[in-house]
Amino acid sequence: MSKNIPLWEVFIRPRNGLAHKHCGSLHAADEVMALQAARDTYTRRGEGQSIWVVPSAAISASDPDQAAENFDPSIDKVYRHPTFYEIPDEVGHM
Amino acid sequence: MAGSADLFAALIELADDQLILGHRLSEWSGRAPILEEDLALSNLALDLIGGSRNIYTYAGLVEGKGRDEDDLAYMRLEREYLNCLLVERGNDDFAQTMLRQLYFAALMQPYWQAALASNDETIRGIAGKAVKEMAYHVRHSAEWVIRLGDGTAQSAEKMQAAVVEMHPFTEELFTMSEAARACAKAGSLPDRESLRAEWSRTIASVFEQALLTVPEVRFPQSGGRQGRHGEEMGHILAELQYVQRTHPGLTW
Amino acid sequence: MYSQGLIGSDSSTDETVEFLAAFQARIDAEEKIEPNDAMPEGYRRTLIRQIGQHAHSEIIGMQPEGNWITRAPSLRRKAALLAKVQDEGGHGLYLYSAAETLGVSREDLTDQLLDGRAKYSSIFNYPTLSWADIGTVGWLVDGAAIMNQIPLCRCSFGPYARAMIRVCKEESFHQRQGYEILLTLCKGSAAQKEMAQESLNRWWWPVLMMFGPSDGESVHSDQNTKWGIKRFSNDALRQKFIDATIPQAKVLGIEVPDPDLKWDDSLNDGRGGYVHGPIDWDEFWRVVKGHGAMNRDRIRNYKKTVDDGAWVREAAMAHAEKRAARKLAMAAE
Repeated sequence: MSKNIPLWEVFIRPRNGLAHKHCGSLHAADEVMALQAARDTYTRRGEGQSIWVVPSAAISASDPDQAAENFDPSIDKVYRHPTFYEIPDEVGHM
Repeated sequence: MAGSADLFAALIELADDQLILGHRLSEWSGRAPILEEDLALSNLALDLIGGSRNIYTYAGLVEGKGRDEDDLAYMRLEREYLNCLLVERGNDDFAQTMLRQLYFAALMQPYWQAALASNDETIRGIAGKAVKEMAYHVRHSAEWVIRLGDGTAQSAEKMQAAVVEMHPFTEELFTMSEAARACAKAGSLPDRESLRAEWSRTIASVFEQALLTVPEVRFPQSGGRQGRHGEEMGHILAELQYVQRTHPGLTW
Repeated sequence: MYSQGLIGSDSSTDETVEFLAAFQARIDAEEKIEPNDAMPEGYRRTLIRQIGQHAHSEIIGMQPEGNWITRAPSLRRKAALLAKVQDEGGHGLYLYSAAETLGVSREDLTDQLLDGRAKYSSIFNYPTLSWADIGTVGWLVDGAAIMNQIPLCRCSFGPYARAMIRVCKEESFHQRQGYEILLTLCKGSAAQKEMAQESLNRWWWPVLMMFGPSDGESVHSDQNTKWGIKRFSNDALRQKFIDATIPQAKVLGIEVPDPDLKWDDSLNDGRGGYVHGPIDWDEFWRVVKGHGAMNRDRIRNYKKTVDDGAWVREAAMAHAEKRAARKLAMAAE
């Protein structure tokens, strides 16, 4: 086979009000065909109201080797969560 | 009002077009040039076959002889099928298949749009679903015609060859049988002839982007609407009717 | 189902004892492995082989069922069958995408299939000879596939597990579709019931072979189980399938062609189960090695599909380049 047809990542919004969510990939030569292929592949059972396609090559990803330094430091910052603070019961919901 | 015999015949024309074109598209299953397109072609086929079921069912009711969708789809003689010749043409290559789809859908999209104003409630219901499907069929087939027409030298050659081959069959899309004429007059179904300008505009716009030229057709081909089909129709029916004809009268 | 683009350029692993032990610990803790995580080369290779083979099975599996689309005996059956075969294509697509996250292209995988380096399920080398076969394939072949696939939803490799969840969700109508076809035949004329029985006679043993050789003889089982790629043994899945299927056959009123089949109270930890007669493993290996009724046809047909479509793919790529160039030119103006 000659040149490989590029890979795209597909994001679907299941219904308005929700965010687009990654649901899979596909091959298409350009963005118009990628959108049609996404419609024909990933919305056959009424899964979507809106589609995004992104060239897979355009995605930058964090390095799993840096996962510890990226994500572990946030674990002990409990003061970012509401339950860290004590409020008397009589104040009610806050 | 059009007589029920006219409405029946006009509905059969519509249903047969959808069934036979859907059948042709279903032949692509597992054979498309790209896996993604395999799924797309099946979607087109399922739209058409699904639509034909609704139309046959209604035709059976209009006729009033108790025939259901399968009696009408499977148990008629070749001469009783009223589809136009365009839809029975073979899937010689992907260019022909996409062009056939564009030619058909570019008429049927405005056809069903007009049918939304029918005075027949069932037809309005069928049209409401079909008009959206046909809009997508136009878009999908047009994108491919453009890509093949303005792709490689080889694809451009195949695309133009398909145009030369298929264009003579487009005239029959506008043929108004007596039954269709009676229904148009009665306000139950649209007049195909009145949609010709819109069809031509769609085709011209796609062809411009696809770098294709509309050939001059001196000898248009027709006959399907009178039940006179091409040689390939018998083979379609041989497959379509195989089980029903081998074991008549059973439930499947 | 992440992309090749997400895979770090340096995917080589220094496979020390410590590295392998740390990887095994992640698996044992039921952590999912994602495409750009460090992984043993053997794990990567095994997954590429297995997911590729799985994808090929879906794609080649379109042929035996596709064989009846144009001859389906009612419009309802025709639409359902076409939608089912379309699903198989979609499943192949999801699985190729999952394999692609490991750094192999769909094109490479297809080449491996066409030149015989990669295999697909042996079941698709049997022909579909009657309409009843469409019922039997849906009921038994899809039924067996589901048995295999449900545990794979918990496979250690994230993209494979996610693809399987989607596949299993979509597949749920396939088996019912097949069973309903057979139920209609079995409630129909004598000729129809005979068609159903004749079909079951041909498919029963090949379907049991789908689960693979007995565990003693299967080459890859051990390591795959350790790596969380395989969750149950071939024999255990086969047993589960038979126990689930025999009562379904009774409802249909047709019989599996196994004179040795009998109920045994001691099986399944005393819950009971069916003992089956000997499986002809010579036939299995013959078919796997390329000598089934349809092996050559299946590959030849698929090669023709790939070859016939080349000019279309080239045109799409050529047009995409022109589009991109025009866009660039317009932006420059």
